[in-house]
Amino acid sequence: MSQNISVKVKVWRQDGPQATGQFESFDLSGISTDMSFLEMLDTLNEQLLKEGKRPVEFDSDCREGICGSCGCMINGMAHGPERGATVCQLHMRSFKNGQTIVVEPWRATAFPVIKDLVVDRSAFDRIIAAGGYVSVKSGRHADANVMLVPKDTAEKAMDVAQCIGCGACVAACPNASASLFTGAKITHLALLPQGKVEAARRVQRMTDQMDSEGFGGCTNIGECLAACPKEIKMEAIVSMRREFIKGAFAEPPRQAGSDNA
Amino acid sequence: MNLDSKIPSGPLTQKWENHIANLKLVNPANKRKYTVIVVGTGLAGASAAASLAELGYNVKAFFIHDSPRRAHSIAAQGGINAAKNYPNDGDTVWRLFYDTIKGGDYRAREANVYRLAHLSTAIIDQCVAQGVPFAREYSGELANRSFGGAQVSRTFYARGQTGQQLLLGAYQAMLRQVDAGKVTMYPRREMLDLVLKDGRAEGIVARDLVTGKIERHAAHAVVLCTGGYGRVFYLSTNAMNSNATAAWRCHRKGAAFANPCFTQIHPTCIPVAGEHAQSKLTLMSESLRNDGRVWVPKRKEDAKKHPSEIKDEDRDYYLERKYPSFGNLVPRDVASRNAKDVCDEGRGVGSSGLSVYLDFRDAIKRDGENVIREKYGNLFDMYHRITDENPYQVPMRMYPAVHYTMGGLWVDYNLMSNIPGLHVLGEANFSDHGANRLGASALMQGLCDGYFVIPYTIGHYLAQVGAFKLDSESSEFKAAEAAVNNEIKRLMTVNEKGKRTVNEFYKDLGKIMWDKVGMARNEAGLKSAISEIQKMRAEYGENLKIGGNSSELNKNLEMASRVGDFLELGELMARDALMRKESCGGHFREESQTPDGEADRDDANFSFVGAWEYKGANAEPALHKENLVFENVKPSQRSYK
Ligand SMILES: Cc1cc2nc3c(=O)[nH]c(=O)nc-3n(C[C@H](O)[C@H](O)[C@H](O)COP(=O)(O)OP(=O)(O)OC[C@H]3O[C@@H](n4cnc5c(N)ncnc54)[C@H](O)[C@@H]3O)c2cc1C
Ligand code: FES
Repeated sequence: MSQNISVKVKVWRQDGPQATGQFESFDLSGISTDMSFLEMLDTLNEQLLKEGKRPVEFDSDCREGICGSCGCMINGMAHGPERGATVCQLHMRSFKNGQTIVVEPWRATAFPVIKDLVVDRSAFDRIIAAGGYVSVKSGRHADANVMLVPKDTAEKAMDVAQCIGCGACVAACPNASASLFTGAKITHLALLPQGKVEAARRVQRMTDQMDSEGFGGCTNIGECLAACPKEIKMEAIVSMRREFIKGAFAEPPRQAGSDNA
Repeated sequence: MNLDSKIPSGPLTQKWENHIANLKLVNPANKRKYTVIVVGTGLAGASAAASLAELGYNVKAFFIHDSPRRAHSIAAQGGINAAKNYPNDGDTVWRLFYDTIKGGDYRAREANVYRLAHLSTAIIDQCVAQGVPFAREYSGELANRSFGGAQVSRTFYARGQTGQQLLLGAYQAMLRQVDAGKVTMYPRREMLDLVLKDGRAEGIVARDLVTGKIERHAAHAVVLCTGGYGRVFYLSTNAMNSNATAAWRCHRKGAAFANPCFTQIHPTCIPVAGEHAQSKLTLMSESLRNDGRVWVPKRKEDAKKHPSEIKDEDRDYYLERKYPSFGNLVPRDVASRNAKDVCDEGRGVGSSGLSVYLDFRDAIKRDGENVIREKYGNLFDMYHRITDENPYQVPMRMYPAVHYTMGGLWVDYNLMSNIPGLHVLGEANFSDHGANRLGASALMQGLCDGYFVIPYTIGHYLAQVGAFKLDSESSEFKAAEAAVNNEIKRLMTVNEKGKRTVNEFYKDLGKIMWDKVGMARNEAGLKSAISEIQKMRAEYGENLKIGGNSSELNKNLEMASRVGDFLELGELMARDALMRKESCGGHFREESQTPDGEADRDDANFSFVGAWEYKGANAEPALHKENLVFENVKPSQRSYK
């Protein structure tokens, strides 16, 4: 049953990318346990506006766990205490009356803070741009049923393809590694016949890009697995490594333009 | 205002091929001389940006999100239609066309809808080639399911995350072009104005949402893919940042807004929870109606009882009773209206009395819990998490919520608005769904527009205007930039003295829209909505509290300008609904119903697209009519009995 609780929210405030930040605490009462965590922040922001203060900035869009916009550390846990859920799916019934809730942005060199809880995750787009696709053009293709894909393979591909790119894996990892994110895309495409064609080149380029963005290396700690709202498994990282080794032994790709030779 | 739909002549089934043959082409070596601005990178925008860049055009892609992968399209759950007829159950392109035009209650163009059905099969081939992991059968072939408003299984899906997988496919295709240097992305940018030169769209003014800087961008054509405006109702299934601003600003610059009152209310959403600060409603995919049975108690007195205490003979499975041939799979507008009716009769369940049951008891008994879990597991989990009730044990509770807007900027067969050079794709245009959209057809339309229509039609336009020199320093650009700056300055000045927050105004608008321009509309309600909104607009101009400043990331300021546009659009929606004295699809005028309470369409007087011309902030807009001609199907009263 829903009830009303009071909480103390200790939230990271940072005016801009170059500014130094600090925590600021706010007391909130009359918070319904049916409220989502982000609706609690909305309520805080309305209160701040009425007091003439600057609202807390945070990203959110779908508020149903699929767009990957939201994300922050709550009491030291990426996306908060509920497993397999994003911040926007977290409800205030997960908190006790009188509890202090510490809210911080993702912290990683590759995710600079823009303001308060908002960070820049464009490094993820650059990793995908480095080959996280199948190089087909829009147009006519063979009938979709010409190439059969075993049901089990399609399901496995879907298990990793459902990554929402939120960055919780990076935020949770002591090394700030992006291996789970990168591995998920590499695995999705390597599993399917459509993606196999470019697998060797893809894994090389994507992992190079990942390293150059300033993400740390993976040392199998596994914090990312606990934080991932889509519960993507270690298999994604293992299979990325496998693809990497396979790629290293594959024939080096011909240089672009060699078709004209 | 010239509303020439440019429907090609010839038989329906050959119009598109004939049209392509007659379109002008830009030679491959010349394509690199053209720049196209794509605003919005959801399914429509990302697929368009990728396809245009592949052809060789330079594309500048703008979006308000931090990444294209966040666009609202990501949230689509249930599936995408295509007339593949893989299940061998009698589907054809013609049947998909027919279902869609009938589903839209004969308020869409035959030629557009036929093209959509015709291209639907190519979309599936395209997405599979990209590596979209659609659901499959044990044979390794693609799986299908049925969706509301259809009697064949033609819906392709990827668990309950079809939109996500399709968007990621389009996003990846677009990023491939970023990698190739043909697409430049402008993240966290909001288009705030369209720039016209000699009556043609030649660029946009956008705000960098991180720094507040106003920018000018020139192009040979603009492609608007900014999604729908369902959030004019405040509470809806749409994402928090979905908005009408880009489309509305184009409207102010002369683009006609068509059928603004055509709104889709989706029957299966998690009901409003109570009095707390609820920010959004959550959709439960329509696919649930394949196995879930909708009911309420027969007697009012039972409405407050626990469902397990209500015996079968005391339950009213009202959709199965009233519509035996479609049963729980009637189209959305019919299902929503019936839910409202039974709640209005006092038979609604839940603490507020504003919900109906969607019950899986019989399906679980028939197929076993595992089968149901495999089909709908993620939806059941989502429901459980939000409501704290376990749907494997107690029936889900559902209530209709605003979900989609069929109205939008008017476009011709080439997807160009009445402003030369301004093209509009996806949910932002008005084109293919008439007065009601069938499930799984928005994804189809967005991708059809982006992958398969605009790549052909934009060349026709560009070839005619030529690769003129782009100039964002022109007086037209500077004037547009100054106007945007002034508007922001004005908002920040009001803010200094204002007392009511953006959100307070916004909620009030939502309530007016839901109560008076929602599921059932009547003359008195619509008139009072118009006058209430006008009053609110006046106060909005004087008493608005925003906070922060304009040279930094300031989400309240973003919302302030979006809500300002929603207020104007809300008024136009009420006017359109008032003008349309018939009921059709999702537009239900209480004055126009059949004796058994179904929508009573008036083809003699309203078989047209209502396109509105902007005449000034406080002037009455002008109505223009594009008559709908049906040469191939005979509009009949829809019956799902
Ligand atoms: C919960 C839910 C489930 C759905 N399920 C289905 C389904 O199963 N099947 C189906 O067919 N349809 C479904 N729909 C409908 C469908 O998802 C949408 O109609 C469709 O995805 C819209 O795509 P779009 O590309 O037109 O716009 P969107 O995906 O909304 O993209 C809009 C883009 O515009 C950008 N933008 C907006 N304003 C501006 C601005 N001013 N300046 C710059 N950029 C801007 C945004 O950043 C974004 O990139 C569902 C909808 C919802 C809400
Ligand atoms: S807001 Fe979309 S995942 Fe949380």
